[in-house]
Amino acid sequence: MAAKIGQSVWKFLDERFLLSGLIAFGKKKTVPEHRRSFWYFFGGICLFLTGIQIATGIMLLLYYTPSVDAAHESIQFIMGVVKFGWLIRSVHSWTANILVGLLFVHMFSTFFLKAYRKPRELTWVTGFLLLVIFMAFGFSGYLLPWNELSYNATRVGTDIAGSLPFIGHWLKTFILGGAEVSQATLSRFFWFHVAILPLAALALIGIHILLVQTLGMSKPIGERNTKEIPFFPDFLYKDALGWTLMLVLIGVLCVFLPWEIGPKADPLASTPLGIKPEWYFTFMFTTLKLVPAHILSIEGEKLAILAFMTGGLLWLLVPFLDKRAGREKRSPVFTWIGAALALYIAIMTILTYTVPKL
Amino acid sequence: MKRRNFVDIFLGGSLLATIAAFVYPVVRYVLPSRSGGGGVQNSVTAAKAGELPPNTARVFKFGSSTAILVNTPEGKLVALSAVCTHLTCTVRFDAETGTLFCPCHNGRFDLGGNVLSGPPPRPLETYAVEVSGADVIVSRES
Repeated sequence: MAAKIGQSVWKFLDERFLLSGLIAFGKKKTVPEHRRSFWYFFGGICLFLTGIQIATGIMLLLYYTPSVDAAHESIQFIMGVVKFGWLIRSVHSWTANILVGLLFVHMFSTFFLKAYRKPRELTWVTGFLLLVIFMAFGFSGYLLPWNELSYNATRVGTDIAGSLPFIGHWLKTFILGGAEVSQATLSRFFWFHVAILPLAALALIGIHILLVQTLGMSKPIGERNTKEIPFFPDFLYKDALGWTLMLVLIGVLCVFLPWEIGPKADPLASTPLGIKPEWYFTFMFTTLKLVPAHILSIEGEKLAILAFMTGGLLWLLVPFLDKRAGREKRSPVFTWIGAALALYIAIMTILTYTVPKL
Repeated sequence: MKRRNFVDIFLGGSLLATIAAFVYPVVRYVLPSRSGGGGVQNSVTAAKAGELPPNTARVFKFGSSTAILVNTPEGKLVALSAVCTHLTCTVRFDAETGTLFCPCHNGRFDLGGNVLSGPPPRPLETYAVEVSGADVIVSRES
């Protein structure tokens, strides 16, 4: 009886949404299986974590108030009064950090497998832009609880934008909504975080996935193994295992280390000792500490920011610069550049936490 | 001019004008308003006389920015901008060394505003301090 009802419902939906066509596509679609195919799973995990962020973000909107007088109090209310509020907020904060970390892993694995080579240049470009957008999500979301750390991190971060030549002052004023971090800034960051960035992210994720589906997964250069597995259900089951492991990890972190609220921001207080931004910005933060005040009569900080911008642009254009990989030839120079960059980010991040008085 | 060209230009121009009519209000809406800056404040009452014990400091609002008033161990009042010249964090008074320290990137200044160490590229602006009756008045040095 139940099976008959199920079949009828399926037939009803299939006739209207052409679902059997989708399943046929999923079964026809294959994914290469070789000794480095493990790295393919990180894209799916990032997508899964993005889903968690959308769901928990929507739930937090129910109680959060984007006002300097009430933002911190509303977070305290979520953490202390709302049933499971501590869980929803902790999931949102922990997932944000794990997501950015895995986006870095996904990006570097793609880089070292040279998956950006022709015809997947735009998959790389959209992927890199997504990383930038998710870092902007982190930066804008960091201010929303209006606490001491986030207030000062926003001052530093927006001043970095203000150091850019020609457009710096205008850009800083636009981001802050005025000359300094204020109610206008909180309103703008809230607007970016819940409206502009999600729209941009969803559009880019759509293009990114469309490209992955159209072009298929890239195989490493020189990979001779021709074995392939069906996307549905084989690959999806393995992907789902990764998602489950992530859920367990996030659950454990939230239960044992619920996300802190921190003291409320006081614009008239001195910057607290030991301040640092979210971990994924710390490599830039520590670099700015180490750069001398002046290099060849130019302010060191401005030169460092310009170097980061140039580096980011070159990283975005890697598929067009690595001509050898485009011809299916190994490109060890790019591999070494990528390894040096990964090492630099890792060392600077570790130094931030181990040698704070650097 | 041919009639067809005229119609093309007319319709194209109308389309551009329509787009501009939609985009302009949106752009102006999104850009922050120029008003409300508060102008430049030249002096402010930073504290009450005798309120600040020796070898302590307090941060206060000065115009649209912040400044710091330090009472040295010798009882001399000194005022400087509290905004670090590196990346605008608010500096704090380090009573142990009698210097101003920026925790963001470890910049250090003496009480004359001069950079002692770290990445700040310029000294801190210094202000004049005057005790007028019960008030400590801080003003910009001309």
